[in-house]
Amino acid sequence: MEIVRNFPALSIVMCMVGAILSSVLPKKLTRILNLLVITGVMVLSGFVFFYTLSNGSFVYTMGRFPAPWGNEIRAGVLEGMMAFFFGLIMFLSILGGRRHFDIDVKKSRQNLYFIMTNLLLSSLLAMVYTNDLFTAYVFVEINTISACGLIMVVQNGRTIEAAIRYMVMSLLGSGLFLIGICILYDITGNLLMTPVQNKIAEIAADPARTYMVPLVVAIALLCSGLAIKSALYPFHSWLPDAYGYSTVSSSAMLSSLVSKGYIFLLIKIIYRVVGFEIFKDSKIINILFIFGLIGMIAGSVKAIQEKDIMRMIAYSSVAQIGYIYMGFGLGSEAGMVASVFHIFSHAATKSLCFIAAMGLRDASDGSKKLTELTGAGYRNVLAGAAFTVAAFSMVGIPAFAGFISKILFAQAAVGEPVKMLPTVICLAISTILNAAYFMKTVLRLYSKSDAEYEKVNELKHPVYALCLVGFVALNVALGIFAVPVVEWITMGLGMFS
Amino acid sequence: MSKLTNHEDYEKTASFKFWRWLSGSKDPYVGVVELKKQEEFSEDAETKAKRISDEEALKAKIYDTDKNIVVKVSRILYRIGAIVLCLAIVAALIICVAYLPPVGSELNPTNNEVVSRYVSQGTAETGVINTVTGMILQYRGFDTFGETCVLFIASSCVMILLMVAESKIKKMNEQYALEPKEDKILQTAARILVPVLFLFGFYVIVNGHLSPGGGFSGGAIIGSGLILYSSAFGLEKIQRFFNEKVYKSIKVTALILYACTMTYYFVTGANGLTNIIPMGTPGNIISAGMIFYINLFVGAEVSCTIYSFYALFKRGGL
Repeated sequence: MEIVRNFPALSIVMCMVGAILSSVLPKKLTRILNLLVITGVMVLSGFVFFYTLSNGSFVYTMGRFPAPWGNEIRAGVLEGMMAFFFGLIMFLSILGGRRHFDIDVKKSRQNLYFIMTNLLLSSLLAMVYTNDLFTAYVFVEINTISACGLIMVVQNGRTIEAAIRYMVMSLLGSGLFLIGICILYDITGNLLMTPVQNKIAEIAADPARTYMVPLVVAIALLCSGLAIKSALYPFHSWLPDAYGYSTVSSSAMLSSLVSKGYIFLLIKIIYRVVGFEIFKDSKIINILFIFGLIGMIAGSVKAIQEKDIMRMIAYSSVAQIGYIYMGFGLGSEAGMVASVFHIFSHAATKSLCFIAAMGLRDASDGSKKLTELTGAGYRNVLAGAAFTVAAFSMVGIPAFAGFISKILFAQAAVGEPVKMLPTVICLAISTILNAAYFMKTVLRLYSKSDAEYEKVNELKHPVYALCLVGFVALNVALGIFAVPVVEWITMGLGMFS
Repeated sequence: MSKLTNHEDYEKTASFKFWRWLSGSKDPYVGVVELKKQEEFSEDAETKAKRISDEEALKAKIYDTDKNIVVKVSRILYRIGAIVLCLAIVAALIICVAYLPPVGSELNPTNNEVVSRYVSQGTAETGVINTVTGMILQYRGFDTFGETCVLFIASSCVMILLMVAESKIKKMNEQYALEPKEDKILQTAARILVPVLFLFGFYVIVNGHLSPGGGFSGGAIIGSGLILYSSAFGLEKIQRFFNEKVYKSIKVTALILYACTMTYYFVTGANGLTNIIPMGTPGNIISAGMIFYINLFVGAEVSCTIYSFYALFKRGGL
């Protein structure tokens, strides 16, 4: 067996060992270790990606016992890409937010913060690579707790309240997910994805339809559990506070990684457990579609009303999650591809928004209020430019990542005659609303103000400047070299079934 | 004929104390056992009036249902909606349960090749007598490793929330009297129970592969022993043998060794290499290959975590 096949398992264990060591090492070393772990994950998943690109997907038994007796993980093109991308975003977010991290987080808590980030990465990787429903649940738990830790590491009343809200909603989601797994186990007798899928195909083809009701309930529970955890519209109430008041690195990671991990898990469950055709035939897909559409518009409306830049960006996330679920709801291969591409483009853009907003706030005496940010684009040139790029990408200006995902959504919608009209109308409305609040902010950044704040020269913070440049490059790369990315996504989704 | 003892010697005997207690002339607990009357909550009239008026003003403003029609309607709609939604979910789940396979039937989908291999070949393949341990630590070892990490991250998260500096612990201790006073009943009970708990916990851990139990349950028993000791004798006494340094070193050593063992198991298992950890004879204490050692690591980690939860919630530090 080639050595590359060991890499997914090794990268998960490496993150865990990094977290364990972080609890005893001195502070400086934990930071270096954290960056080393993330770089290691990126390198290993890069190898996995190129290996699967030429050799196809593979399963790796975690131990001596093959499925259905032992644990398994599975890697394909999409998994490798996702793992690499998560590592990259985390690397840039942590480095980019470092300047505020030292101010926001007490010295005694800094080691603990890196335990959380390492374990967060390990849980994301496990959720990406898993081929076992129960393993997925265990790592969903780790993900929930570490996200809570990331929120409340800044200790004030707001973050504690946000963390409690997050905890309550997230545990509700985990509970529903667990009940769903239990019902699936009861009717299939397996927990590993491949045997469960075979059994579900038998159940669906069974003319007596003995277990059809439990199957539909289980699918509904799995979907709603993960939808609550990834903040689909009516379940978004925990999100603005959690993203808005935590330290910048946390906000960037929460918005672009945590919710995306759950969405990727849902994609995996749709393809590898339920089977795309059975999922499409169930009515649940229409519910996801409707909530996605509502979320696209409601999130944007909420964002327009906000006067606080961090909360505005947070509400914009609600709208973008709506896009992704709308893509699921279309129920076609093209819709799925568009959703997966939007996971990438939104993750790259939203974390850039948060990191750039931090620079703009520094140039406005740390204020989060939009009114205070007037003219901040002149006072902090680099952050202003980066924020503009992010806003362009969010709105969907050509040559940036957001444009491609909108085009893909529109193309996918055209293929579905019934759902075409609502999708296209909502896309248009949402794009206009997006433009309303993002362009408003950009215009504000570049208008003259009377406020006398000090200019910030980003050349004095080379790490931060490099992170911004990295994010901008990532956005432009996703926008320009979209064709191979879309090809890889299609190939990865093809490997799922 | 019994010998007549003088009064001073007689006062030391147990029978004198017993008769004294029976006649009620001296309560043996007074002065020895912590008996504190609970202070009544008191508040002077002015602050009370202010508090009540503030609260009422706020309530009146928020829930001014006579004038604020939006609040009134949305409150009614919200309640009705919540009840309807809950009932709908309950109904859906009950209907779903009605369609599930009957409990314990032979033809159930859960009664398949997975379970039969665990039961019939578990001992031969993993070397355990207690098949459950074989299932959680060998067949599904990755899940259990993740579960142990959940404990680790939970204790870290509580630390983020509640950890206070060492110097502050002492100050808080004086201010709020967190530490137990010399409580004779508790201390006597702890003296008898703590060694038994430690021994029993250790027994459960090392016999994890032979009898019901294992790292998780045994660790919880040892952890409860630590909690009992700490609440009977206080911070200073337990810190003589279990302080933050010891806690961290035990926990990190156990987890790192666990991670190494699991990595070794994954890599050798998946690549078809031979496992060099000897399996031993099933039934012996040192047998079942790595399961015995993993139980030790899990036990150490769980006992530390259980105690750290107690210590963090009680005084904000170990």
